[in-house]
Amino acid sequence: MGQTITEKIFAAHKRDTPAPDNMVLDLDVIMCHEITTPIAIMDLVEKGMDRVCDPTKIKAVIDHVTPAKDSKTATQAKIMRDWAARHNIQDFFDIGQNGVCHALFPEKGFIRPGYTVIMGDSHTCTHGAFGAFAAGVGTTDLEVGILKGVCAFRAPQSLKIEVTGTLQPGVVAKDIILHIIKQLTVNGATDMVIEFCGPVITAMNMSSRMTLCNMAVEAGATSGVCLPDEVTAQYLWPFIKDEYDSIEAAISDFSKWHSDADAVYAKELSVDVTDLSPQVTYGYRPDNVKDVAELAGTKIDQVYIGSCTNGRIEDVREAAAILKGKVVAPGVRGILTPATPGIYSQALEEGLIKIFMDSGFCVLNPTCGACLGMSSGVLAEGEVCASTTNRNFNGRMGKGGMVHLMSPASAAAAAVTGVITDPRQLSS
Amino acid sequence: MKRFGGQAAFINRDDINTDEIIPAKYLTEITKTALKPHLLEDLHLEGQIFDPHADEIQKANVLVTGSNFGCGSSREHAVWALEVNDINLVIGKSFARIFRQNMFNCGILAIELQQADLDALFAMPGIITISVDLEQETITAVSDAPETETRTCSFTLNSFDKQLVAAGGWLNFADQNY
Ligand code: SF4
Repeated sequence: MGQTITEKIFAAHKRDTPAPDNMVLDLDVIMCHEITTPIAIMDLVEKGMDRVCDPTKIKAVIDHVTPAKDSKTATQAKIMRDWAARHNIQDFFDIGQNGVCHALFPEKGFIRPGYTVIMGDSHTCTHGAFGAFAAGVGTTDLEVGILKGVCAFRAPQSLKIEVTGTLQPGVVAKDIILHIIKQLTVNGATDMVIEFCGPVITAMNMSSRMTLCNMAVEAGATSGVCLPDEVTAQYLWPFIKDEYDSIEAAISDFSKWHSDADAVYAKELSVDVTDLSPQVTYGYRPDNVKDVAELAGTKIDQVYIGSCTNGRIEDVREAAAILKGKVVAPGVRGILTPATPGIYSQALEEGLIKIFMDSGFCVLNPTCGACLGMSSGVLAEGEVCASTTNRNFNGRMGKGGMVHLMSPASAAAAAVTGVITDPRQLSS
Repeated sequence: MKRFGGQAAFINRDDINTDEIIPAKYLTEITKTALKPHLLEDLHLEGQIFDPHADEIQKANVLVTGSNFGCGSSREHAVWALEVNDINLVIGKSFARIFRQNMFNCGILAIELQQADLDALFAMPGIITISVDLEQETITAVSDAPETETRTCSFTLNSFDKQLVAAGGWLNFADQNY
């Protein structure tokens, strides 16, 4: 019987089978940020277990609240900083080098096809875009990962989603994933890995693939995954060029992580995106999704462009294309936070930051910031935000605030008009 | 081994996410006990007022809820917020994967019941006390209201989850085995 990519990765990393349906896997990468890691560090210290399995496997960043906003966040950052120094963790990213974990770590080439990756963060599924098994975990799993280099999972089932058709101009990966979550519902993929495939995925760049995989967890999935191919190899080439004679050699090696033609899936779904238009969420669940046109005219107070979903250079370009030569509507606050310093300087170089600033946007340093309502753009009661992030839960960006999730182009269009707007009306 | 069960609180809603169980603003806390007053602080129930400080919640050791409980953020703070409020068992139709794993990783229980059993629990009058028999894989709900029948429902737990509970959590288990 054939295997899915996830089954192949599990088989290649299996350390133990504590029960017929559970596997303990060896981990390749353990990622850490300052919200969920300090409490793990403190617990390990308290138990006399302040060790790390292998400092080269650990990648750490201060990203959620940076620079620190108060004594408590400063303490969290300090615990991380001291720990990284104490254990000689070389890949530790602090002010000046730091950015949103799920944008920064791929950019550094840390994630490779076939890897097993965990982090104390639910959007770790983003890294499945590289053909890896990457799952968000809680602090105890993170603790054990740091200490022992292993993590336990139920043998996951796979949900195959074939994406076909031709995307209309102005319709992007964010619209596709919102449309998919609407179909699956918020728990339609629980205990499953969503495998994205088909011609639309093959034609996508890594940034769009990351946007898709990023939101797999919003349908309850353990992770999302794309099969590693030429696009993956091109992206990773600067980091792997010493390991392979040619890109072709890398592509052919990566193909060992492709699902077999006779692999068995728990569910299969085909999505034709030809007629898809820009999508937006309403209400407090990410599966509450409509066409942007249906919500057109809804007044907004703030626009937030950034996050691990849509804070990459391609997203900044997409929004800038709408904003160019226009200004933010009166009474609307526009906030851009490029997800990493690399993205920020690239945007500077391309003149995109100037477009944002000329239009009246505030440009922040790379951080999670308002995405989780902890700093830099928290909403007041009753305020409405057009946001490129991934969660519209009640209170997510500030108590009593309403978040409408959408693509960078749609968010930029809302900034200009002050109301939810189909971006295609502005780009033509 | 730890004993599970006690007085139950009932929250009849699906998809309660971890932001509602413990809002993000408390993620800057570095002790679990600091989370205690903030359990379910941001929970909204359609058409009714939810008071997280109501007696029913304060006295509870068991939470009974709907499907997909604990979805959203991976924060284990959601489990700790329950733990420091002496809640050692959540019963629901289903759980989000990470939340469920976090519960067993902490050595406490997330138990899934059939809808009919859940409906029956929600319909029981009076103050309900729930006990768990891990060996038999049953829970028993007893009401203090007169002439209310005791209800026993079965569930299944896989053997790894049982091993985690017996070991007192994943850290202990992993330390002993790997
Ligand atoms: S950008 Fe938002 S969703 Fe992404 S890791 Fe940061 S807080 Fe989480």
